[in-house]
Amino acid sequence: MLEQYTGAFLMLIIAIGIAVGMVVATSILGPKHRFADKAEPFECGESQIVSPHQRFSVKFYLVAVLFILFDIEAVFLFPWAVLYKRLGVFGFVEMFLFLIILGVGLLYVWRRGGLDWE
Amino acid sequence: MIDTVTQFLSDNLVLIVGAVKAAIIAVALLSSVPLLVWLERRLMGRFQVRLGPNRVGPFGLAQPFADAVKLLFKESIVQGSADKFLFFLAPAVVVFTAIVTFSAIPFGASFTLFGQEIGPHVANINVGLLFVFAISSMGIYGIVLAGLASNNKYSLMGGLRSSAQMISYELTLGLAALGVIIVSGSLNLVEIVEDQAVVPNIILQPLAFILFFTAGVAETNRAPFDLPEAEQELVAGFHTEYTGMKFAMFFMGEYINMITMSAMVTVLFLGGWNAYFFEFLVPPVIGPIIVFAAKVFLLLCVFIWLRSTFPRIRYDRLMTFGWKVMLPLAVLNLMVAGFFKVL
Repeated sequence: MLEQYTGAFLMLIIAIGIAVGMVVATSILGPKHRFADKAEPFECGESQIVSPHQRFSVKFYLVAVLFILFDIEAVFLFPWAVLYKRLGVFGFVEMFLFLIILGVGLLYVWRRGGLDWE
Repeated sequence: MIDTVTQFLSDNLVLIVGAVKAAIIAVALLSSVPLLVWLERRLMGRFQVRLGPNRVGPFGLAQPFADAVKLLFKESIVQGSADKFLFFLAPAVVVFTAIVTFSAIPFGASFTLFGQEIGPHVANINVGLLFVFAISSMGIYGIVLAGLASNNKYSLMGGLRSSAQMISYELTLGLAALGVIIVSGSLNLVEIVEDQAVVPNIILQPLAFILFFTAGVAETNRAPFDLPEAEQELVAGFHTEYTGMKFAMFFMGEYINMITMSAMVTVLFLGGWNAYFFEFLVPPVIGPIIVFAAKVFLLLCVFIWLRSTFPRIRYDRLMTFGWKVMLPLAVLNLMVAGFFKVL
């Protein structure tokens, strides 16, 4: 069962090697001239005026929460889709209802303005 | 002595074949990135009625390789207030996930070599589609970490935008792929391709193809959905503070993801290595791989074509398009696909 993942595991090791190798190589090979001004964060030639650690739009949280809800519902659909031929009409009716519930949820969020970016 | 060697080889044959395949594919992927950069710059040049790079090597082919060497010898500047560990981890995560994702993709029919059946894929996983989705979505971590660790407001904004965009379009990507799974009844990518031996899924699922490809363009952060690096407003988005090879690693990740996405579209919708009307022209063993590569090449050209045709869309439009157009259409497509399959 797990043998089919052998190749993926070997690829994982190679990928770690490549990624770490590149980061290490660029840190070693390049010139190193450090001074205070160069270590400042980039802000179009100005010194930093506002801290990056400020509040940002709550919409990003909302999108993350909605994503979790809809993605979990999408995960339920994967086994259904694989077995679709065997489930026949029963599977179709069951999942049609499930998709309608999903659609109503989306419609609710839509109507409440959860998807609007002003 | 020879007996023990052959004994060792035959005992660990799976492991050795796997390692060789993984190494070949990793090297091929890495070396295809400069070629893709070259292709993009040449094509963009032609689209904009100019020549593009043509000085270094034949047709300017050596230009991206020269750029790579230059970037490797540039100073790796780490911004003073940045989180050092995460700052180094972020580009590594991007490249790592991009390479591992490709390991599940089959790109040719299996053939026999020295009495061994060899499939041109690193791993033939029975839930290959889920594997690809799972690993490729981990690439978001690299971008979010880069945005957070840089301690720069442009990077943070870019990282936030990118994460919201990628998770929004991932829903459409998954739901569009479900249409294909209903048709083929398998999550195994090899079986999905073999199922399309007569008719490719693009004919059975045209809407799913359009949704999947559009979501794929958004998922790889390519124009017109390249909001995370909108240079006019965010300097360079999440990789503003990166220099040298670490900067190039984000691009490598992006280009490898482009190849992977094109390969996924080929596997799911364009019939993989099936050549249909031109089957009689295809030689054995190497033929299917060439057919697959040709389809991927065409899709990559479409990626570049899109970039030079469409202006970048506004961020609110991007999000509302994802949630109000793409997602309902994907659910609708799933219902229609189910309806037609049950008839």
